[in-house]
Amino acid sequence: MTDVLNTLALVSNFIIVPGLAYGSQLALGALGITIVYAVLRFSNFAHGEMMSFGAMITILVTWVLQARGINLGPLPTALLALPLGIVATIGLCLATDRLVYRYYRQKRASPVTYLIVSVGVMFLMGGLIRFVIGPNDQIFADGARFIMKAREFKQMTGLNEGLAIKSSQGVTVLTAVVIVAVLFWFLNRTRTGKSMRAYSDNEDLALLSGINPEQVVFIAWIIAGTLAAVAGTLYGLDKSYKPFTFLQLLLPIFASAIVGGVGNPLGAIAGGFVIAFSELIVTFAYKKVLGYLLPTGLAPEGLAQLLSTDYKFSVSFMILVIVLLVKPTGLFSGKTL
Amino acid sequence: MSFLIGENMTGGYGAADILHDCTIGVDKGEIAVVVGPNGAGKSTAMKAVFGMLSLREGKVMMDGVDITALKPQERVRQGMGFVPQTNNVFTSLTVEENLEMGAFIRRDDFSDTMVQVFDLFPVLKEKRSQLAGELSGGQRQQVAVGRALMTRPEVLMLDETTAGVSPIVMDELFDRVIEVARTGIAILMVEQNAKQALNIADKGYVLVQGRNRYTDTGAALIANPEVRKAFLGG
Repeated sequence: MTDVLNTLALVSNFIIVPGLAYGSQLALGALGITIVYAVLRFSNFAHGEMMSFGAMITILVTWVLQARGINLGPLPTALLALPLGIVATIGLCLATDRLVYRYYRQKRASPVTYLIVSVGVMFLMGGLIRFVIGPNDQIFADGARFIMKAREFKQMTGLNEGLAIKSSQGVTVLTAVVIVAVLFWFLNRTRTGKSMRAYSDNEDLALLSGINPEQVVFIAWIIAGTLAAVAGTLYGLDKSYKPFTFLQLLLPIFASAIVGGVGNPLGAIAGGFVIAFSELIVTFAYKKVLGYLLPTGLAPEGLAQLLSTDYKFSVSFMILVIVLLVKPTGLFSGKTL
Repeated sequence: MSFLIGENMTGGYGAADILHDCTIGVDKGEIAVVVGPNGAGKSTAMKAVFGMLSLREGKVMMDGVDITALKPQERVRQGMGFVPQTNNVFTSLTVEENLEMGAFIRRDDFSDTMVQVFDLFPVLKEKRSQLAGELSGGQRQQVAVGRALMTRPEVLMLDETTAGVSPIVMDELFDRVIEVARTGIAILMVEQNAKQALNIADKGYVLVQGRNRYTDTGAALIANPEVRKAFLGG
């Protein structure tokens, strides 16, 4: 019995809790990609840098707040700075749309052109970000580090294995739940949200119904910017902020969006968790789990790890390939909001 | 002069003209039907009246006002409702949301219009929370017509609304169209099912190669032996 409980604690500590947090971050990122895809009909490669930009502004504001001694007590100060990060990211999105994407929209460019354009935007934004904050790791998390410490858990339950929950993980999951709830309320209950879904479903009929495409695009960027800033900041709080990681993060985020069915918000969320848990499950060392569950003496000597963590990004790539081969429309057949 | 009329329309999508000096019109409370063989330019004539095609010559007048220069969206605001032949519903939205989107340009309370649409198409009320994409062909067309009615148009234009539905559903759709016309709305429709459509038509236009061949009342066209022989299958 204790063995089973120990296994549960072990799995919770190394897979379930981090998976929920990482999955939420991927889901928020994938939602941003999906919204842009559904409305503007292109894969926005600059989304990772938009996340990075939002996180960077939040960090800069956090530093100012920290220097003035303003904080949120046990919660990270970054939460207080986040609204400014969101506003700045929305501003960046709208400016980019005005200066770059609108031109191609008016030219009715093909999705491939858009895609290449967004790669260009990605490099530009990435350069801008490294110019401002530098390429190094930045740590900006403060407040209480843990909701529950491993040692406290052990003392509480008397188990061998500890279960630690970082406050950044708690904040991530809670914020993601709130953001997703608000987004779905907006899309399904408000007139503007429904008009976005209508536009994404059938552009011509939306035009006939008097829906203004420029307004829909405007709102789409506001949503994408908000999601990007929140996702970037949460990821930065949970891990650490380093500009280059957002370039790598693009793959799991795109994989999440595609696995769920790009264009479908529910799919983006499901995809985020599928990718996050797959990465963790495949790269987890099962030595201890087997040690608890197998009869004594049968436990393996090696780590029983399927894949080294260095290769974790290949997991999302594998899943992406499998999904594209088996069910190209994704789990929740995408294309519309 | 008719309430809505496209007069002497000449034009096409590219360099070549599809319509040649073509005239179609309809009055309030009337049903006008455009029929003709495949490729006669029926749908094109309808699109020209709705502004989805730029005319080289001719003009479109509504209520005595020249609306030739207006974009389709602006014509919707002027009181035209258009039901395209295909992709005429938002498949991923519910029936009710489809109707709401139809009323998008209205800032007033449109709940009474929705009640009227539900009275006209009771099955839609039953399926109001179902996705439009999950409905049968006939029900989908009802959603499409209902969506266009949500702006309370003065003219309703139907582009082959009965294409691909069963004869029973077609009869029912035509019954609904008559009911809509009785409320004082002008109805201009393009139809493949020529005989049945002319049966309910006050006015009929037979187009051939983008030109008016016969123009008369629906009954007279059906009675005309030449029209019967050439276009209505005897």
